[in-house]
Amino acid sequence: MKYLYVIFTKLPKTLRNSFKIFPLLLIFTFQVFLSSCVSNDIETQESLIIYSGRSESLVGPIIESFIESTGIQVDVRYGGTAELAATLLEEGDSSPADLFFAQDPGGLGAVAEQGMLSALPEDMLSLVDPRFIDPSGNWVGISGRARVIVYNTDTLSPEDLPTDLQGFTDPKWKGKIGLPPTNTSFQTMLTGMREIWGEAETKLWLEGILENDPVYYEKNTPTVAAVAAGEVEVGFVNHYYLYRFLAEEGESFSARNYFLPSGGPGSLILVSAIGVIESSDNFENAEKFIQFLLSNEAQQYFANETFEYPLIEGISIPANLPPIENLNSVNISLGDLVDLDGTIKMLQEVEMLP
Amino acid sequence: MKTKRPSLKSVFVLWIPSILITLGILLPLIYLVIRAYDANIDAWSLLLKSSTIKTLGRTVWLAVWVTLFSILVALPLAWLTTRSDIPFKRMWAILTPLPLVIPSYVGAYLLVSMLGPRGMVQQWLEGSLGISRLPEIYGFPGALYILTVLSFPFILLSIRSSLQRVDPSLEEASRSLGNNAWQTFWKVIFPQLKPAILTGSLLVVLYVLRDFGAVSIMRYNTFTRVIYIQYQSSFDRSTAAILSLVLVSLTIIILIIKQVSQNRAIIERSDSKNTRPPPIIPLGKWRWPALIFCSSIVIVTLIIPGSNLIYWVLRGVQAGEKIGNLWEATQNSILASGLAAVLILIAAIPIAIISVRYPNKLSGMIERTTYLSFALPGIVVALALVFFGSNYVSALYQSLPLLLFAYLVLFLPEAVGSVKTSLQQINPNLEEAARSLGSQPFRVFQKITFPLVRPGLVAGFGLVFLTTMKELSATLILSPIGYKTLAIGVWDAVSEAFFARAAAPALLIILISSVPLALMTFRKERKY
Repeated sequence: MKYLYVIFTKLPKTLRNSFKIFPLLLIFTFQVFLSSCVSNDIETQESLIIYSGRSESLVGPIIESFIESTGIQVDVRYGGTAELAATLLEEGDSSPADLFFAQDPGGLGAVAEQGMLSALPEDMLSLVDPRFIDPSGNWVGISGRARVIVYNTDTLSPEDLPTDLQGFTDPKWKGKIGLPPTNTSFQTMLTGMREIWGEAETKLWLEGILENDPVYYEKNTPTVAAVAAGEVEVGFVNHYYLYRFLAEEGESFSARNYFLPSGGPGSLILVSAIGVIESSDNFENAEKFIQFLLSNEAQQYFANETFEYPLIEGISIPANLPPIENLNSVNISLGDLVDLDGTIKMLQEVEMLP
Repeated sequence: MKTKRPSLKSVFVLWIPSILITLGILLPLIYLVIRAYDANIDAWSLLLKSSTIKTLGRTVWLAVWVTLFSILVALPLAWLTTRSDIPFKRMWAILTPLPLVIPSYVGAYLLVSMLGPRGMVQQWLEGSLGISRLPEIYGFPGALYILTVLSFPFILLSIRSSLQRVDPSLEEASRSLGNNAWQTFWKVIFPQLKPAILTGSLLVVLYVLRDFGAVSIMRYNTFTRVIYIQYQSSFDRSTAAILSLVLVSLTIIILIIKQVSQNRAIIERSDSKNTRPPPIIPLGKWRWPALIFCSSIVIVTLIIPGSNLIYWVLRGVQAGEKIGNLWEATQNSILASGLAAVLILIAAIPIAIISVRYPNKLSGMIERTTYLSFALPGIVVALALVFFGSNYVSALYQSLPLLLFAYLVLFLPEAVGSVKTSLQQINPNLEEAARSLGSQPFRVFQKITFPLVRPGLVAGFGLVFLTTMKELSATLILSPIGYKTLAIGVWDAVSEAFFARAAAPALLIILISSVPLALMTFRKERKY
């Protein structure tokens, strides 16, 4: 108690004194300012700047091992894919970034549209299934995620679930569906749906889902959490979020993935992807980094640690992940799913988005 | 007070810096106009769509209710912790403003985990009482609740400092005329508090307008959320700019409303600065209800979220979760927020001085302009500075100085408000007397003005420090590359559902930013 009293009586004095060192602080600020200018000037060839829409907890370790194995200094700016894309668009040709590692091709597409990505070499693109690269060669997929239905294991078993997305317009799902309408993966699935089913059918499906009063979540993670908590019974998400929960919460976590057996837009495989910024004068190192991400080591890392699908041949996947060949995935190139705008307009029309 | 003609010296020391700072604050607006100019007719027609107008209505509706509830909570709390003889008064005074330090995304997550459809309270009720469904918290009720809890301290702090300097002689006169304490409060004290309530409410309203974290988790579509969706879904900067300009116009309207109602409010203070503390009013039998009121506010707004966070940290440690090295992030957070608070205070001083000492059209305009960016979502201000920074001052781009400048643009009004309040307490005659006795203006400032405004500086420091500590959108984009802060740590972990890992940095943010806030309340308390 006495100790507390001392803290409380002494500290205000210290704080008061701190106003006397304003000038010192000014000098300090100026120094920080100077040092930051200097560090901007020194740009050794052996460095890379990456804008990453994938979070540090997921890709930090693999970037570390790239630094270790190549000695190239890598600086990463982490942020949301959309925010970083907007940042790149504002920066234009003055962007300090060499690479843009995005959660989904949508962000890369927006940047590529302004001519801000440079074409990748053919031998790099050929490492990956053509479904998962940009048709004009501006970006390449790095890791795959399958669209799935996540369901609550306390109330449902796989037999209760329909074989395709159409089944969820049945009134028996009223109030039981959770989905993230602002999430790019969900929107890309709808773009795929428009491609496969056509506009009218897609809109009909959305209206059918809306009839069932779906619950909206901000993104995939809270959707999975809500399904496990029983807030809703099923959720439309990507497959790999579940495994993150299983790792943290253990096998008792009451949600599991259901891969729709009949294929269609509900079984799309989406990817995280990367591209080189056109204004970068560091193409060589940037290319090395992409090559590293497509190496056995990095691909194995994604399979084991983030539970995503490797996109190159010959990588083993965790036992609780169904092999990608067994998924009834649709044969559609992600490069064809660029009309996000059309999807947004449709979502606004049916008032799933404001 | 008579309006003085600015002297030549004051033009250089006060007016020119104020005008330059104001021009800096206007950068985001210039950017928005440039972006909106690019927009095609489709984007403009969005303004007339019923859904846009509805969203605007919902946003204003939320802001109004959050402000009303905040006043309802803040007014009695402020009175009890300054003017009554409530037991543990000092403790309540320090604890009640603390919810301000909780970042809105953290507060909202905690609320959902407690009161959500399958949250802890629900599970407990189901186990013991068989209640199967709590009332829905998502949407308006949840957003109203969480934003009120996190922003009522703005009004509380502002009313408290005003209550501490009301002139006791007016009250005594009222009591001697036969009014009881209750009547005296409403007839004599409350009118004097109006400006403080308005100032605090302005901060609350603008906080609600720019908040993204709480409304997105609570799924209530405010204007800011719609702006974010524009960036997130369609990478559409022009439409986002048009919508942001609507937000700016709304801010202007709010500032005008505030101005008009302030002019109508009575601001008559006896001319001499009173040194007598206002009288303490015994609560008598109201003691217990008052204690229950204070403790329930503290329990709901502070103890429950705090213990929830501690629970997550412990759970994470138990599960073998690496808390990771938070030392670097802690240092960075303190450095950036501390420097920002100092810089913003320095910028606030000339603006506060001219608006108090030289009240005219220009100084009023300058002061109000500082609020224009205050309602803008962080991402908009950040992108504006990306645009100017990367293209025109690339040497400074993504360096600490530019980040600090972003904080200045975002949070200057908080500091201007605090400094202004304490300046208003100083009788200008005191300064004039010193000057007429032959002191140089700088010496007058050093000997008279500075010591008297110091409480305001401390308050401004505390407020800016805690707000920058929580700031996320601008920090993510504009910080020097690889610069980790605690807020970024929370964001990184939460976005990948590592809740246990997010809890430790969140707790640190709250603890660290509590220190200056507690100190500033404590300092004020000591005088009485």
